[in-house]
Amino acid sequence: MFVKEIMKKKVISLKKHNTIADALSLLHKHHIRHIPIVDDDQHLIGIVSDRDIRDASPSILDSEINQALLDHTIDQIMSSPVVTTHPDELFEEVANIFYEKEFACVPVVHQKKLIGMVTEKDLLYAFIQLTGTQGPSTRLEIRVPDRVGILSDVSTFFSKRNIKIVSVYTYPTPQQSGFKILVFRIQTMNPMNVIHDIKQSKEFEVVTPMREDNE
Amino acid sequence: MNACKAAFVYSDDFLAYSFHENHPFNQKRILLTKKLLENHHALTIDQVITPPVAEEEDILSIHSPEYIHAVKHASKLEPVANQEIYGIGTTDTPMFQNMYDAARRIVGGSIEAANLVLTNQVDHALNLAGGLHHGFPTHASGFCILNDIAITIQYIRQHYHLKVLYIDIDAHHGDGVQHCFYDDPNVCTVSFHETGRYLYPGTGKISERGIKKGFGYSFNFPLDAFTEDDSYLHTFNESIDKIASYFQPDIIVSQHGTDTHYLDPLTHMHTTMKIYETIPKKIHQLAQQYCGGKWVALGGGGYDIWRVVPRAWAQLWNIMQTNTSFSGAISSDWIEEWQKESPVTLPTTWHDSLENYKAIPRRKEISEFNRQVLEQVLKFVENAKN
Repeated sequence: MFVKEIMKKKVISLKKHNTIADALSLLHKHHIRHIPIVDDDQHLIGIVSDRDIRDASPSILDSEINQALLDHTIDQIMSSPVVTTHPDELFEEVANIFYEKEFACVPVVHQKKLIGMVTEKDLLYAFIQLTGTQGPSTRLEIRVPDRVGILSDVSTFFSKRNIKIVSVYTYPTPQQSGFKILVFRIQTMNPMNVIHDIKQSKEFEVVTPMREDNE
Repeated sequence: MNACKAAFVYSDDFLAYSFHENHPFNQKRILLTKKLLENHHALTIDQVITPPVAEEEDILSIHSPEYIHAVKHASKLEPVANQEIYGIGTTDTPMFQNMYDAARRIVGGSIEAANLVLTNQVDHALNLAGGLHHGFPTHASGFCILNDIAITIQYIRQHYHLKVLYIDIDAHHGDGVQHCFYDDPNVCTVSFHETGRYLYPGTGKISERGIKKGFGYSFNFPLDAFTEDDSYLHTFNESIDKIASYFQPDIIVSQHGTDTHYLDPLTHMHTTMKIYETIPKKIHQLAQQYCGGKWVALGGGGYDIWRVVPRAWAQLWNIMQTNTSFSGAISSDWIEEWQKESPVTLPTTWHDSLENYKAIPRRKEISEFNRQVLEQVLKFVENAKN
């Protein structure tokens, strides 16, 4: 999955001479949290977050609100230079940017022009799709040894029973080195036969809902 | 006693809805239930109504013509183009000869049950073959070909314009029915089910509340695995009164899956026979209180067809007609007749002997989880009232 597939293409931006008041009204009108600042050629020159804008706004608790503050131009508070990404970048790279830089939005630039925005929400949606919760399915967790060919060995159980795999992902087991958990969503309401097959193999362990306290 | 006039919709042809011998969905359970009731003299010939098959026009009120076309082909065991997008030929809903007619007859049963109630011939009507809540407009899913519930609710809406309260106690989320009325404020769907963390279909989260005008008319109670009776009934009783009072239904349609029982092979809810007495009594009371008695009850899941389903559904019928439940010994004639076919020892009493029942060590934690689910879901009803 590429950035171009998960980004928002309809970008709401401002020019550097726009005011903080303009930015505030955009935030409210479009329910967004980041506004890119561009020049006349759509080149990205800065970005402001809702927090930048609120920091620069009068407090609602002030008895006398200094409206003049809101008339400052946006380039006085914008962040620059801006961390950007490319439309052909992989979506998981954006996750790295968010995690490492601790921000929640990155503009997408192509041939020097701003063409899209990726926010935390877009990224989360991509991950939701990866987990396959959008189609009716049963979820199965299988503990497997971390070795060559393991995924093909396990998927054979499903194909033999004519069961479609809706999604698959894997995560490490911190408690047990040399093992991994495979998480499948499979298109069946009756996983009993395939669970039986997997258990018979003795090599893999199906993780079932917890019954005991420290299971 | 509060005896009610009730109809038991039944046809031997219901048993033709059979994917293959080893498939967990086995309609023999309806026959077992009927025989059990007859052995206990709780079902008379005049109460049994044979339904017509459903009109295609009614089926098309929910399902797409392309999908119906595909089912008809599969019915003749002819290859279906793109069968995967229709969910046919899968391990859950394999093809079988005359599958369209078998499914259509079940739909006919559920519509007939509604008709008997709506024309005031009876107060309540039961179609145990129905309750196929996973059927989607364009594809089969989870053992369900046609969604008889959605078609019946649509029939009630189109012909009688009544507000329908749908209550679903199957261990699996009632996703197909919810989907069909997700934007409809006149159909309130309420599903109690095991959380989709592991279990099929995975949906039925607290946050699924409906969209557009239907927002606030879908309720989902995703209960923890190993919930057991007390926490289940607490959630059910606390919520359903409030939802009924908020929605003010004209008729109740209920789906009575019996797969939350601790002997059921497909799920992990771990309840006992107790809930299959308590829940129908509560629904019965709500039907009297809000709907002048109008109540259409349908079957659903239930995969221990020997020890669980016949007892649970016989209780349902008995409560529908007499508001009392059976207790004591099961008819020895019934046991004698069926024991030779059953791979497991048949129960000898109406209540569970609890011999193989193992209490759940995490009970306190699970009850706490469910209490939070209840609070979250009901926030909406409470806010709506204020």
